[in-house]
Amino acid sequence: MMQPLLDVLSWICLLGGAIFLLIGAIGVLRFPDFYTRLHAVSVCDTLGAGLVLVGLIFQGGLSLVTVKLLLIFYFMIFTGPTAVHALAQAALQSKLKPLVDDHEPR
Amino acid sequence: MFIAVSAVLLVAIALGLVRAFRGPTLYDRVMAANMIGTLTVLMVAVLGFMAERPEFLDIALVYVLISFVSTIAVLRVYASRVSMQGSDRK
Amino acid sequence: MSRLKHAINLGLFLFAIWVLLSGHYTPLLLVLGVLSTLLVVFLAARADLIDREIYPILLKASVLFYWFWLGREIIKSNINVARLILDPAMPISPNVFTVRAFQKTELGRVTYANSITLVPGTVAMDVEEDVITVHALTMAAAKDLKRGDMNRRVCHVEGVFPCS
Repeated sequence: MMQPLLDVLSWICLLGGAIFLLIGAIGVLRFPDFYTRLHAVSVCDTLGAGLVLVGLIFQGGLSLVTVKLLLIFYFMIFTGPTAVHALAQAALQSKLKPLVDDHEPR
Repeated sequence: MFIAVSAVLLVAIALGLVRAFRGPTLYDRVMAANMIGTLTVLMVAVLGFMAERPEFLDIALVYVLISFVSTIAVLRVYASRVSMQGSDRK
Repeated sequence: MSRLKHAINLGLFLFAIWVLLSGHYTPLLLVLGVLSTLLVVFLAARADLIDREIYPILLKASVLFYWFWLGREIIKSNINVARLILDPAMPISPNVFTVRAFQKTELGRVTYANSITLVPGTVAMDVEEDVITVHALTMAAAKDLKRGDMNRRVCHVEGVFPCS
């Protein structure tokens, strides 16, 4: 009886995650400079990946599969920002200038 | 449905590849590689469900860690090369 | 002698993970698990990694609450960034600024900087002592961070006062 409900929830999460991943990938292509592209990668890493994994967890149910998916999620949450930060810091130290908008008053 | 999700993942990976080829800086390429790594992990997990082989998740788990370590390693190698070659690199 | 205690705890923890992830409980695989646990503990000891930091973040109630709050922030700003990406005009206003971290311990600062990066729209570019250089995608995201809400929350979870 619970199964159809879980299936629907899982499809919603999977679809939402896929949409966010696609948006993130489009952002990586569209944004004008390296530092702004990092934000698009962030979208992929957090909500996109998170929603897809949650969708898979609904499919997996209470089992070893769920434990592994949660562990993947945990590692992604912790390694994602570290990798992004390492990239930003390396680029900053190599004197790659960020594009700064100075049209608006500070 | 899994097929739809993996199709979207493939499209996203293709977009990431375009960014990796276009550059223009090395950091863009490493960033694209990092994103493709994330997408590949999800792809492997979804494929595991599609083929009903839970062992795939172990591969995904290891892939998360490898993808992170390789990103850091590439940045380290490049940083040390820059500092070795000094100012003529810029 | 507390080093030995830490090493034993690390070993038990790693073996528990092995048992959880393997799913096979035959003698051969358990022995292999023990051997690989010992190898990892040995390598960790050689690399001088065995100290207080082997313990994962403790599950305090306030930490859990902070995770929920952060999750909500992440979802909100994800939707904002997604809207920016899909907007044909792309109304972004990237800017760089610094914030001062209120946290006193290294762990608190790392948590704060990682939280900044985890939320799309802001990326911590550099951390030096208590000054964090941040790149924000829009003025709105920058203003949101400068209000210091997240800063105070991380500081409260950390529990070293005063938070200012």
